[in-house]
Amino acid sequence: MALAKRIIPCLDVDNGRVVKGVQFLDIRDAGDPVEIAKRYNQEGADEITFLDITATHEGRDTTVHTVEKIASEVFIPLTVGGGIRTVDDIRTMLNAGADKVGINSAAVFNPDFVKAASDRFGAQCIVVAIDAKKVSKDGEEPRWEIFTHGGRKPTGINAVEWAIRMAEYGAGEILLTSMDGDGTKAGYDLGVTRAISDAVAVPVIASGGVGNLQHLVDGVTLGRADAVLAASIFHFREYTVPQAKEFMRAQGIEVRL
Amino acid sequence: MTPVKQTVAVIDYGMGNLHSVKSALEHVAPEQTVVVTADPAVVAAADRVIFPGVGAIRDCMAEIKRLGFDKLLREQIATGKPVLGICVGMQALMDHSEENSGVDCIGILRGNVRFFGENYHDAAGNHLKVPHMGWNQVQHNDHPLWADIPQDSRFYFVHSFYVLSADKSLVAASCDYGVQFHAALTRGNLFAVQFHPEKSHTAGLQLLKNFLHWDGKA
Repeated sequence: MALAKRIIPCLDVDNGRVVKGVQFLDIRDAGDPVEIAKRYNQEGADEITFLDITATHEGRDTTVHTVEKIASEVFIPLTVGGGIRTVDDIRTMLNAGADKVGINSAAVFNPDFVKAASDRFGAQCIVVAIDAKKVSKDGEEPRWEIFTHGGRKPTGINAVEWAIRMAEYGAGEILLTSMDGDGTKAGYDLGVTRAISDAVAVPVIASGGVGNLQHLVDGVTLGRADAVLAASIFHFREYTVPQAKEFMRAQGIEVRL
Repeated sequence: MTPVKQTVAVIDYGMGNLHSVKSALEHVAPEQTVVVTADPAVVAAADRVIFPGVGAIRDCMAEIKRLGFDKLLREQIATGKPVLGICVGMQALMDHSEENSGVDCIGILRGNVRFFGENYHDAAGNHLKVPHMGWNQVQHNDHPLWADIPQDSRFYFVHSFYVLSADKSLVAASCDYGVQFHAALTRGNLFAVQFHPEKSHTAGLQLLKNFLHWDGKA
């Protein structure tokens, strides 16, 4: 008996619709976020992550409304990320019913924002999202760097050191996305997942690149992640959440069934 | 004669978002009225009281004392109406917490709140993450609040500090995370849980439903 490894479907939402691109291109429409969240809740998802990729201010109001609707019908933890830049942004999302917020670029531009957010709202609701890319060449000691702007801009920041610092600043959890893997269906970057999971005391969610159920297992067993996040394999009904959990359990992983 | 609509008051002392507690209660008992309130008179008029809490215990206790809610809680518990503490709300009911270099709590339930630890491992040497975050199994007693909830059901936890009571007669449930801690305590009309029932899907909603139909007697 132990704490279960979590399976977290992720909704990438643009102007009130769930979308999913392959390496941030070729966006496919996957449906209504409230309906999809309800389905995952019924299927036994352990949490839901809502990633707002809406660019406009008008769209942000839609997001708040959507989060409110999901939160009033889904009784599992809900994390909302994307465009969280100020204490007011956090308060808005928590008041709309989010349990946690994901802070990404704003942490890179102003690390003290994570401290302020954690002091104000508690570490339990602050998830720091890290977008990492491998920058070492084959044969070199592996090294991963933080990228911003959807993986386009390098920052020169070492991803493992950054994760340690963010945990010290009061992140209650790390959401680690491998930009090399995101949308490719080639599996998580297990090297960076394990390096960060071993380096920090707080839970780590593996993200980016899931194409089959073995990838979820590998994220936990080889990457030592505490939770595994996936989007398109669930949205397009390639696999259901119960199928994923049965598969993981058959390989000896503790899950909530 | 139509029965009078029952009311449950969720005490709001400014620590965190009570939206999910409110919507979960409304979901399981649409026939009852749920009020989120900081007004002692509204709390006193309610049939049942929920005492939630998130964040750091120092900040929670400061607000509880500033608003006089420690006294209010004692009075409400003394009336015999059902009272449910959730998460840091449970911790605040204890004698003392190790968090924030040591904070005296309200002291309604005997016991202390301790830190899981830095670089935390279980007996087998596995690295356990802190906070304890996610779905863990709960072993419960036969209290009415566990009606229709199977033994070893999983509930959603998120906490770095845990409750231990030396008084075994208070223990309503235990959970294992490197250490056996008390996931629920009860005395008379008071019940307190470390996990978040409002975020624990079917099992959590069932516990809230049981609370909303509980008469306050074990």
